[in-house]
Amino acid sequence: MLVEILQLVVFGIISGSIIALSGVGLSLTYGILKFANFAHGDTMTAGAFSALAALALLEAIGLPDHPLGPLSFGFSILMALVVGMVAAVLVGLTVDKLLYNRLRNTGTAVLLISSVGVAFGLRALVQFIWSPSPQYYIRKIQIARDYFGIRIKPDQIFIVILTALLVLAVHLFLTRTKMGKAMRATSDNMELARVTGIDTDRVILWTWIIGGALAGAGGVLAGIENKFITPTLGWAMLIYIFAGVILGGIGSPYGAMAGGMIIGISGEVSTLVIPTEDKPVVPFVIMVVVLLVKPTGIFGNR
Amino acid sequence: MDFLVGYVNYLTFFAIQAGIFAVLCLGLNVQWGYTGLFNIGIAGFYAVGAYTSALLSGPPPAELDWRIVGGFEWPFVFGLLGAMLVSGVVAFLISLPTLRLKEDYLAIATIGIAEVIRMMFQNRAWLSNGVIGIKHIPSPLQSPIQERLTSYLSTHTEFPGWLNRLISNGYNWFYLGLVALILVLLFLTIERLVHSPWGRVLKAIREDEVVPAFAGKDVFWFKLQSMVVGAMMMGAAGALYAHFAKFINAPTFEPMFGTFLIWVMLIVGGSGNNKGAILGAFVVWGLWAGTDFFTGYIEMEGFRAASVRIFLLAVLLELVLLFKPQGILGEKKVIYPQRGVGG
Repeated sequence: MLVEILQLVVFGIISGSIIALSGVGLSLTYGILKFANFAHGDTMTAGAFSALAALALLEAIGLPDHPLGPLSFGFSILMALVVGMVAAVLVGLTVDKLLYNRLRNTGTAVLLISSVGVAFGLRALVQFIWSPSPQYYIRKIQIARDYFGIRIKPDQIFIVILTALLVLAVHLFLTRTKMGKAMRATSDNMELARVTGIDTDRVILWTWIIGGALAGAGGVLAGIENKFITPTLGWAMLIYIFAGVILGGIGSPYGAMAGGMIIGISGEVSTLVIPTEDKPVVPFVIMVVVLLVKPTGIFGNR
Repeated sequence: MDFLVGYVNYLTFFAIQAGIFAVLCLGLNVQWGYTGLFNIGIAGFYAVGAYTSALLSGPPPAELDWRIVGGFEWPFVFGLLGAMLVSGVVAFLISLPTLRLKEDYLAIATIGIAEVIRMMFQNRAWLSNGVIGIKHIPSPLQSPIQERLTSYLSTHTEFPGWLNRLISNGYNWFYLGLVALILVLLFLTIERLVHSPWGRVLKAIREDEVVPAFAGKDVFWFKLQSMVVGAMMMGAAGALYAHFAKFINAPTFEPMFGTFLIWVMLIVGGSGNNKGAILGAFVVWGLWAGTDFFTGYIEMEGFRAASVRIFLLAVLLELVLLFKPQGILGEKKVIYPQRGVGG
């Protein structure tokens, strides 16, 4: 029984990593731009599919691709990961330039509606190019290894380690660099930040860069974990990501990390008591409870 | 002449669908247009209405069905009222934890409830028949009307083919009339409501909820009512859809058609204006149907054509938000006569 629970916790940490990573990006944009970006999930999708295109390209030019150590994929997925992150950043910046930037002073609600439009537009674009059917990242089947009775695949360890590294990088960026500090200040109070001479336009630019990069990475990691991707990947994850962000406290990147992990783990562990097909309901229930008990979330103070 | 009859019959079909969307749009207009409540889970309330009505007024479970409940074959009116009631109750329950919070929270919560509802109808086979869906939902008065039309036509064999085809389609005219009747009733009710003191409070909440709160209005209570009234209309639209399509399953209520399309319709038509909401439904549904003809001419795989159309819809929404945020009709500025102090 204990092993069974631990196994589910491990699975939860893996899916929680992806939720947390995407959640940090969403939380940053939420904190600084002050609106819930409903296109965040589909930005993940765009990143994941751009990585797929990069993979196809690398294969087409005949780059030798040997699996790295125990992993089921080789160096090309790492390159594709970078492509996916860059593509998601470009999507974020383009949309901001075309739409959000012009709508920013018309109020939060218009930005919300606009982001819903962007979400459906992006998904339609992806669907136009790649069709709604699943596209495979990795066709190789990987056997899980046994660690003290708990089964883990090497790919999953890769996902958790990469997430930890990216989150650490964001942490260092936010606490050690000038821009990171400016971002935190802007998140607390944009007017005050502007008065103290912070270039808030640059802060917004960097917010999209970091948020987009994390979204892209989240999309690619979801692809590695599932082995395949579909155009609804990001939209389907959105509710989990939001649940994590709300649980951790909106606008708090650290809260989003913790919240995402909790959502991931509780979803998996819940399968002990509820049927598997009801798993998606768990984050929603947690979210509603948080909204009732402590709407500011665990780490939030607003 | 045959050509023309085809068009007329298609237009009837088109208008029924647009009319059902218009009911959804009116519901969203109460919530968003007048009160500023950001509901992006329209599909959830729509689905609850459709399933409720299908279970109350639909046929009992067939031999191979998984579902074990419902099928009371009540008259359509009871299905419709039940749909409104249950959708309203769902809206009430979701409003309690979320309406006191910022608009984003309501948006996130409604997106969640819509997904949960869709999944519930997908997985709870005892209730919804799962992926098989509910079939043979009766259209109100269809057999008596169809029988009369058939017997009338059999006594008039001299009618040319086109007239025969036109009259055979008579039931759809009846259903169009039914949709129009419900749409008009709801429109008049909402118009009255929003121009009453109740509606003025809603608009005040939309503009700045601190002000009505200072005037002693229970802002939460008013928002709750607006949310419930809007959701009841969405439930009614669900019932109208179920009895027209005769078949529903969970994928019918994907967020694309159930939610996104309705938002585009309201924004294009003009939120805060009930005529705008109805106009938007017809215009956008017209564009949607029109692009179908358009993509039909270009050689394209089915999914490509659908993607192009959805993308164009998104572009349309963004263009309206950027350049004509008030929509086609927009809200009329109303100045209420001033009354004495304390009035």
